Amino acid sequence: MSNKLVDLQHISKSYGDNLILDDLSLYIRENEFLTLLGPSGCGKTTTLRILGGFEQPDKGNVIFNGQDITSLPPNKRQLNTVFQQYALFTHMTIKENIAFGLTIKGKSRDYINDKIKYALKLVNLQGYENRMPDSLSGGQKQRIAIARAIVNEPKLLLLDEPLGALDLKLRQDMQYELIRLKNELGITFLYVTHDQEEALTMSDTIVVMNQGYIQQIGTPEKIYNEPENAFVADFIGESNIIGGIMLQDKLVSILGTKFACIDTGFGTNKPVDVVIRPEDVELVSPDKAALKGVVTHLIFKGVHYEMEVMAGGFEWLVHSTRMQPVGTEVGILVDPENIQIMNKPQSEDEEAVGVNE
Amino acid sequence: MNKKKLSNHLLSTPFYLWIGAFIVIPLFMIFYYGFTDKTGAFTLENITAMAEPWHFKALMISVVLSVISTIICFLLAYPLAYILSQMKVNSHQYVVFMFILPMWMNFLLRTLAWQTLIEKTGVINGFLTALGLPALRIINTNYAIVLGMVYNYLPFMILPLYNTLAKIDPSVVNAARDLGANSFITFKRIIFPLSIPGIISGITMVFVPSLTTFVISNILGGSKILLIGNVIEQEFTVACNWHLGSGLSIVLMMFIVVNMVLSMIFDKDGEANAL
Repeated sequence: MSNKLVDLQHISKSYGDNLILDDLSLYIRENEFLTLLGPSGCGKTTTLRILGGFEQPDKGNVIFNGQDITSLPPNKRQLNTVFQQYALFTHMTIKENIAFGLTIKGKSRDYINDKIKYALKLVNLQGYENRMPDSLSGGQKQRIAIARAIVNEPKLLLLDEPLGALDLKLRQDMQYELIRLKNELGITFLYVTHDQEEALTMSDTIVVMNQGYIQQIGTPEKIYNEPENAFVADFIGESNIIGGIMLQDKLVSILGTKFACIDTGFGTNKPVDVVIRPEDVELVSPDKAALKGVVTHLIFKGVHYEMEVMAGGFEWLVHSTRMQPVGTEVGILVDPENIQIMNKPQSEDEEAVGVNE
Repeated sequence: MNKKKLSNHLLSTPFYLWIGAFIVIPLFMIFYYGFTDKTGAFTLENITAMAEPWHFKALMISVVLSVISTIICFLLAYPLAYILSQMKVNSHQYVVFMFILPMWMNFLLRTLAWQTLIEKTGVINGFLTALGLPALRIINTNYAIVLGMVYNYLPFMILPLYNTLAKIDPSVVNAARDLGANSFITFKRIIFPLSIPGIISGITMVFVPSLTTFVISNILGGSKILLIGNVIEQEFTVACNWHLGSGLSIVLMMFIVVNMVLSMIFDKDGEANAL
């Protein structure tokens, strides 16, 4: 793929005694939609703020387009930010808000007017030039904030949970809008969110973070289907995380029952964590499976039924379009491809880094 | 519904009584006295009396000294309020507290303290002569009055400024920086315009009491400098001419109202909602 646009090298940052980022290294390729995903306090926003120039790292370098910009103030960086709470200038009209960056750069009036028209069209808010920000809805404000950032033609757009304040429907619409914008503009996006669905929908690459450490970097498919540790598995979507024993290559014992899987290289008789997504658990009649259980809970979720099945001393979460009433005896089958094996954390320390339970 | 309305009315009764007894009736009486002569007949003489050289001069001195005091207060308070608003949580509250603390001491006491400090044989001149420097003549001058106004009313400028500046969302400032503005442009185009409501309330809260004061000029100006406040006071207490005193008060009140309206118009974006 193309060049690295941003290269964060060994970034550390703490506030007082509170270590936020510890030796974080990460690069963003040109034209990539990269999402930093993690629970609040995981350091994702701090990473964005260091890149934007609003915070200085204690250690490490920020390389942008081949140049070290670690100590450059925000106004000298070729990137723009869309803030969580819009941060529009409430004493200016929409037009003045969008023109702000361009007038500072000393662009001509014609150029600025063209750009305003273009940007408003891009975010579907034509004719809003002379409105005041306070007269707009949340979704409109956010689109103006995006327009205000992109008229400056930044190489990189930083988005700090831009959809966090919007309601569900609007958030989904804006997700499509952002994907469209990115494709039309060819700008690199760094997106920060705690919403895993948002991350899965929009990103080319997802970086899962927890407590200042990167847990996993990968495509949405890879992050979802092959989580590297229990934290990622638990944070992305719902999952059954079960302690198991890797008996040999391609054979794992879960709750005393042998299951075929496709993972190799874990050694023999090694304790492991097994991740099985609820939609990958197949419920069959008890005589067809080695692991048997009883349905204990049933909830209708719209697209599917959510069931809990007590089997082998573990409460399995199951998503299925076929309903099984509470009390039904069932057998549990899992396709070998859908069993994801992960190393168990070795020590307490690694546990703290890897899993935040 | 009706019951609720009724109880609301009952609860607000003390409020209405207060307004009636202490605002509406006194105001009505001032207007009555202001527009009548000693026989009780209608006259505009008390109003037009403001144009007499003696009164007009007092009004002009008041206006000039109040404007100067307001400007000095603003120049002192804005940087201070700005620095305070940028400070980390907790520590700034102590500093704000320090500036408000003198307000809890009696106003007269503070002004009298300045009198002892700056009088001919006062504390400051004592220091200066002991050091072999020439003594200052501040007491009973315009400088002394401006000093008194600035000292007494500075907190009233700092507080509204600090409040509006502290309320500005840091991400708005970050956004301006992000869009290429350096610190100066950010201040000029973002922070200052957003602080206008605070500026207007600050100016109002310093200018109005400065314009109408008579205590500061009595204590620090001796009897040499008469402000319009002193003239009105003397009409009531010395000359016992309530009619003229009320007339002059009405003119002064109108003068202030016009000024306030003008400042609201000047602040055309309607940002002075803090008022």
